[in-house]
Amino acid sequence: MYQYDQYDQAMVDARVAEFRDQTARRLAGKLTEDQFKPLRLMNGLYLQLHAYMLRVAIPYGTLSGKQMHMLGHIARKYDRDYAHFTTRQNLQYNWIKLSDAPDILADLASVEMHAIQTSGNCIRNISSDQYAGVSADEVTDPRPLAELLRQWSSFHPEFTYLPRKFKIAVIASAEDRSAMRLHDIGLELVEQDGVIGAKVFAGGGMGRTPMIAPMIRDFVRFEEIVSYLEACLRVYNRYGRRDNKYKARIKILVHEMGADEYRRQVEEEFAQMKTLGLDPPLAELERIAAFFAPPAYETGLSDAIDLSDPDFAVWVDQQIAAHKVPGYAIVNISLKPTGGIPGDASSDQIDLIADLAEKYSFDELRVTHAQNIVLAHVKKADLYAIWQALVAADLATPNLDLIGDIIACPGLDYCSLANARSIPVSQKIQQRFADIERQKDLGELKLKISGCINACGHHHAGHIGILGVDRKGVENYQLLFGGSGAEDVSIGQIVGPGFDEDGVVDAIEKATNVYLAQREEGERFVDTYRRIGMKPFKEALYA
Amino acid sequence: MLEFFSLRDGPTTEEEPAVTLEAFAGQTNASAVRIEVGEDARLLLPHLEQIRLVEVNFPVFGDGRGYSAARILREAGYTGEIRACGDVLVDQLNAMVRCGFDSFAPNHPLDPTALKAALSRYPHPYQKAVDPNRPVWAYRHG
Repeated sequence: MYQYDQYDQAMVDARVAEFRDQTARRLAGKLTEDQFKPLRLMNGLYLQLHAYMLRVAIPYGTLSGKQMHMLGHIARKYDRDYAHFTTRQNLQYNWIKLSDAPDILADLASVEMHAIQTSGNCIRNISSDQYAGVSADEVTDPRPLAELLRQWSSFHPEFTYLPRKFKIAVIASAEDRSAMRLHDIGLELVEQDGVIGAKVFAGGGMGRTPMIAPMIRDFVRFEEIVSYLEACLRVYNRYGRRDNKYKARIKILVHEMGADEYRRQVEEEFAQMKTLGLDPPLAELERIAAFFAPPAYETGLSDAIDLSDPDFAVWVDQQIAAHKVPGYAIVNISLKPTGGIPGDASSDQIDLIADLAEKYSFDELRVTHAQNIVLAHVKKADLYAIWQALVAADLATPNLDLIGDIIACPGLDYCSLANARSIPVSQKIQQRFADIERQKDLGELKLKISGCINACGHHHAGHIGILGVDRKGVENYQLLFGGSGAEDVSIGQIVGPGFDEDGVVDAIEKATNVYLAQREEGERFVDTYRRIGMKPFKEALYA
Repeated sequence: MLEFFSLRDGPTTEEEPAVTLEAFAGQTNASAVRIEVGEDARLLLPHLEQIRLVEVNFPVFGDGRGYSAARILREAGYTGEIRACGDVLVDQLNAMVRCGFDSFAPNHPLDPTALKAALSRYPHPYQKAVDPNRPVWAYRHG
C-alpha cells in the first residue's frame, strides 16, 4: 500500500500545526464559531447533538495494521472505546473534545493518516472498490489513480469553497462495489485499444434528490484525467447553485442544465486546461502504482478448505469471496452482529482486526462502503484460525449482503440533522431475521436505513430502503423498494404511507413473504420486485 | 492589524475607483474593474491589456467563485493586480495566492503574524496552479 515520502509527511504535519493554531485561536475567542466552522469542517470535525464528531479519512478504504491499531488507540484514549466505520469508507469518533482534536490529528499524522477534507464543501475522501487488486475482473488496480487524485484534491486552491461537498469514486471492474454512479463524479477505469483510461460519470448522488450520474465522457486518457477533472470542477464551482444548500450539489446543476450542456462546457474548459501543464507525468502514477504491486503470494497452495465444522462452513459460504490467486481468499468481516450497531467496532475489535491483517493478510485491510472490513489476501489454509479469532470477538456473523447486513446512518441517537432513529430499527430487523438460515434463504437483500432525507444510510440504493421522518413529533418510517447501488444501479420507489418502528419491521417481513411466494429460480428480492412490480407488495403491506 | 496588503513588487496600483463589470463593458477607458460573485471573468479577457486592477469581491468567505475568476484571468496571461475584497480571512489567503490574487482588502483587518504563518505553512503544494510554486510531483520527477 501507499507510503508517504517527505512531501506527504510534511503536508500532514503542516496541517496538524495549522489546526493546532486555529483551535487555539478559537479557544482564545479570536475566531468566532462561524469563522471556525469551515476550518474545523475541513478537518472533519462536526458539532453533533452531544459532542464533537471527528471523521478520519481512510483513503479509498485501504489501511495497514499499524494504522488500524492507531484508530483503536485513539478510540481508547480520546473517545468511549469504540468507533464507527462509515459508508464513505471512513471512520468516525463520536465523543471528541475540541481541545483534544489537535493531538488526535498529530497521532494520526504519526501513522500517515489525517482528517483532511472529510467534511466541508470540498473534494472529499476518494472511495474505491474494496476488492481492488484481488478481483479477477478488474482491468487494473483503481487505487493508484485514487491516491493520485487524493493528492491532487488535497488543499486544492480553487476547489475548497465549492457550492457543496464533492465525492469521487474510482472503480475498475464491471461489477460495481462502490456505488460509483451515485457519486458526484464516478470514474470507471476501462481499456480502449490497449490503453487504460477513465469513463467519466458526473452528477450522481443520493440525498434529498437522488440521481444516477449520466456518462459525460467515454474515455479520458490517464495523462489527462487531472485536467479533465479540473474542468469538471470549474464548471461546477462557477455555475453550481449557491442560493439553496439543498440544490447545490453537482447533480442539480447537471440535471438543470442537462448532461449535454454540462458536457459541452466541460469540454470547452478542458480544451484550454489540458494545455496548462496541470497533469502529473505518467511516471507519477507509476511511482504510486509500485506501492500497490501484488504482495509476495506463495505459489502451489491448495484450494481445499476443511469444512467439517458446520458453523465455520456457514461463515465460509457467506463471507469469503474469490481471489484471483490460487490458494488465497478474500475475507469479509461483518461489523453487523445481530442486535448491534452497524459499522461500530470497539477498540479491542479494531486491534484484533489489525492483528489479523498483520498476521494473515500482508499487513493490509480495507473498509467497505457497506461498513464492513475486508482482509484481501488470506491463505485458505488460515481461514479456520481467522474464523476462530473472529468468533471470540463477536465479528463472525455470517451475513454478508443478507438482510442482516444493514447499512444505517447514526440517526437521531447521534446526529443533529436526523429526524428519526436508525439504529433501533436496524436492531429490530436483525432480531426479527436473526436465524441465519432464514437470511440465507432470502438471499442477497441489501437493506439500507437513513434517519433523514439527507440519505447518509443510502436508503435510495437499498433493495429495501427505509427513510425515517418526523411526522408530527412521532418517528415514522417510509419504505422504498427496488434501489441498487451496484452495476444494476437504480433509485428505490416509495411503497406508500409510512409505519411506526414496529410496523416497519412487520412490513418488511410481509414483503419478504411476497418475495418468497413469487420468486422464480435464481431471483433476488430486487429481481422479483422488478419483474412483478409494486402492486403485489402493496396489497400485502396495506391489506 | 492590516487593512490592506499587497504581494506585488513596487508601488501599489494607483487608487482609481473600480467600475462594475457592466459599466466596464459600456466604456473603453477604465483600467480597474470589480467582479461580483456570479459575474463571468471571461468577459474581461479581450480587454486585459488595458486593465491594471481587478477587484474580486467575496461577500461571504464560503462563496468560492472568486477563486475560479482569479485563476481564469491568470491562465489567460493577465499580469496586473488581482485584489480579493470583502470577507477575506487569514485561513483563505494561501489558496487565494495560489489562484493568482496578489493584493487583499479584507473587511476585517488581518493579524500580520497570523498572515505570515498562513502564507508560509505549506512549502510545496500537491497540484499545479497559477502561482510560481512547483507541485510535489515535479520535485519527485526532477
